[in-house]
Amino acid sequence: MSEFDWIVPVILTVITAATPLVFAGIGELVTEKSGVLNLGVEGMMVVGAVAAFVTATLTQNYFLAVAVAALAGAFMAFLFGILTLSLMANQVATGLALTLFGVGLSALIGQDFVGTPVDAIAKLDIPVLTDLPVIGPILFGQDPLVYLSLVMVAGVSWFLYRTKAGLVLRAVGDSHDAAHSIGYSVIGIRYLAVMFGGAMSGIGGAYLSLAYTPMWAENMTAGRGWIALALIVFATWKPGLVLVGAYMFGGITILQLHAQAAGLDLPSQILSMLPYLATVIVLVLISKDESRIRKHAPACIGKIFHPAA
Amino acid sequence: METDGAVTPRLELKGITKAYPGVLANDKIDLKILPGEIHALLGENGAGKSTLVKIIYGVLKADSGEMKWDGSPLEIANPHAARKTGIGMIFQHFSLFEAMTVTENIALGLPGRQNMADLSRRIREISENYGLPLHPERHVHTLSVGEKQRIEIVRCLLQNPKLLIMDEPTSVLTPQEAEKMFETLRRLADEGVSILYISHKLDEIKALCHKATILRGGKYITECDPTVETAKSLAEMMIGTNLTAPQHSEEADRGPVRLKVNNLSLDSTDQFGVDLNLINFEVRSGEILGIAGVAGNGQVELLEALSGEIRCQKAEDILLEQQPIGLTGPTERRGLGVAFVPEDRLGHGSVPDMSLIDNAFLSAYRQKKLLSNGLIDTRKTIDYAEEIVEKFDVRTAGISHTAGSLSGGNLQKFIVGREMLQDPKLIIIAHPTWGVDAGAAAAIHQAIIDLAAKGAAVLVVSQDLDELFAISNRMAVIAEGRLSVSRGVHEITIEEIGLLMGGTAGADVSKEFDSVA
Repeated sequence: MSEFDWIVPVILTVITAATPLVFAGIGELVTEKSGVLNLGVEGMMVVGAVAAFVTATLTQNYFLAVAVAALAGAFMAFLFGILTLSLMANQVATGLALTLFGVGLSALIGQDFVGTPVDAIAKLDIPVLTDLPVIGPILFGQDPLVYLSLVMVAGVSWFLYRTKAGLVLRAVGDSHDAAHSIGYSVIGIRYLAVMFGGAMSGIGGAYLSLAYTPMWAENMTAGRGWIALALIVFATWKPGLVLVGAYMFGGITILQLHAQAAGLDLPSQILSMLPYLATVIVLVLISKDESRIRKHAPACIGKIFHPAA
Repeated sequence: METDGAVTPRLELKGITKAYPGVLANDKIDLKILPGEIHALLGENGAGKSTLVKIIYGVLKADSGEMKWDGSPLEIANPHAARKTGIGMIFQHFSLFEAMTVTENIALGLPGRQNMADLSRRIREISENYGLPLHPERHVHTLSVGEKQRIEIVRCLLQNPKLLIMDEPTSVLTPQEAEKMFETLRRLADEGVSILYISHKLDEIKALCHKATILRGGKYITECDPTVETAKSLAEMMIGTNLTAPQHSEEADRGPVRLKVNNLSLDSTDQFGVDLNLINFEVRSGEILGIAGVAGNGQVELLEALSGEIRCQKAEDILLEQQPIGLTGPTERRGLGVAFVPEDRLGHGSVPDMSLIDNAFLSAYRQKKLLSNGLIDTRKTIDYAEEIVEKFDVRTAGISHTAGSLSGGNLQKFIVGREMLQDPKLIIIAHPTWGVDAGAAAAIHQAIIDLAAKGAAVLVVSQDLDELFAISNRMAVIAEGRLSVSRGVHEITIEEIGLLMGGTAGADVSKEFDSVA
């Protein structure tokens, strides 16, 4: 038993490293499935992080903090929607601007809170179950957001592939002209999808500032929004694979920390490179099967919809 | 049908007007469709048929005019409302979602929640009843144009419409299939369903429709009874001038063999595709070979193999003037003097978001030497685009407009013109006049015949048998990836071809046919 003692803490840290990616990834997946490419994930996450942290410090109400983070992310996405969906601005440029805007705005809001300590979100503690060896802390000792992230993946998967509304959302992403001619409100559906993506990114950010490292530091998302974007391509737009990918990225991040701690003789840059290298390799492998990409990638992604007849 | 005022029309339009910037698409159009009536809407490309139909279906809003449904005023805000009223529509450009299955596509057009398994079953039922074979589980991007159209038809029929609008529904069906669909339409009409039928095939309209409304240049011309008119008189009302049939030079000079296909077999890359099985044929200089067949019998695969998009197994599978080209790509083949008009105009035959100038350049830059020192010779390219527009009567607001802004028929004229004006040794044309009106179709047919007379070898793949009989010297039929022996058009009847196209049903005939040939 004792020689495997390190396993449980490693798994626990992988879960905390992966959870923000699961939130941001699953939200952006829904956005992209509707045919909108929002590159502002990083910006929405960091605004969510600061919103959650400030709310938590002022009210000590973590439920409220997460809700405020979701609202803040959705609001950022709403701005993106006004620009790209109603005013038809280029999605790539607008998304990049949203990230820059989010990083600056969050720094401004959070400047008085740098270094303020806050307690991490309480983890679940069920008598008996949580005390079970190995599986106890892993299955029954997480904070509520971890469970929420898993529920969101299952929920999104069910929504997209089992409900009519999900079918309509995928249809809008596949051909907005056809959807429009059948009579669906392309713009309306995309607003909802974009704002859901923003809310999820906000919660992902909240997880960073309330659970992963319970503190606020400028630009604390440190590129996780970009990883979430890569994850979706990696997962070929499938919710289940987003989850797998998030845990793999999380795992590699943690592996890199542990490898360094263990004195492994590899430059840290190589280890930091691993997640991206894995993405490239997987992309090459899945791209060989064209029909698979065509089946799952939204054909209208990033295209501006002009509703004229 | 009662035609006097005693019967309340199912749909009545009065003075419908719709203007676009610079164009009056519909100018005070009247239309009256009675219950159970099959009503033809006739007109050239750009006559305003599509605009009118979109207004009825709620996609567009009329600037002025009124609509009545069963005698009471009708206000249609959007297609959902149209379907709720009982109006079903089959578009010329399909409203389909490529990445989804047939069932999902149909579910999207139906109101409320759907039980997918139940819906699949109903799709199977309807498609069998009406002779429109469809696999509910297949993904749309794997289907041919003909199969895609079947989805649209089945989707409409599932909603039990009171008025069915059909935009050229038979353009991709075999004569037998079309006849079967006419039976369906007649049955629907007997059940009281009104049908607004848009087609360029005048014989079809004469055989099927009770009434016809003719539009020209956005204006209402007249309403007539197509059963008493001749195809020629209908065409002339619609075009406003006289028509001439394509002139065939009988027994033109047949030159040497240009294209020879030797035992070409190819496994389709698509799991629902058709494998090509030992295909043999040759096309001589100055000759037009027509390949008939129902969509989805290997035409797509054969065209891909001929264009070089998919490489053959051996270089000798395809010989161009005795030179093996089975392993070369499309650009090299173009360099050798082969031109292609693909089946899919938008995306395959042209880049929809690029101007006509750029589209002219893309396929013709080698043959027309539009490059100078590696740079685009803009002047020459513009001249070439203008030449195409002029010689092939492409109606466009200007060559700097995008290919996607042209109507289907006009874009087809542009693509056919672009390929033909390169003076190819061999030209491979898929569905040359699909969705093109009678006047333009006659012009394209004549251009094909003239090109062959100048010595080009022409291969035409089409589902329109009238077209193939009008222009081909010889014909062959493709069914389930096999090609029949070819025969002169005077030695074969439309019924024989139709049976061969039926595939399994015509298996016995096919054997007979082989032994005769």
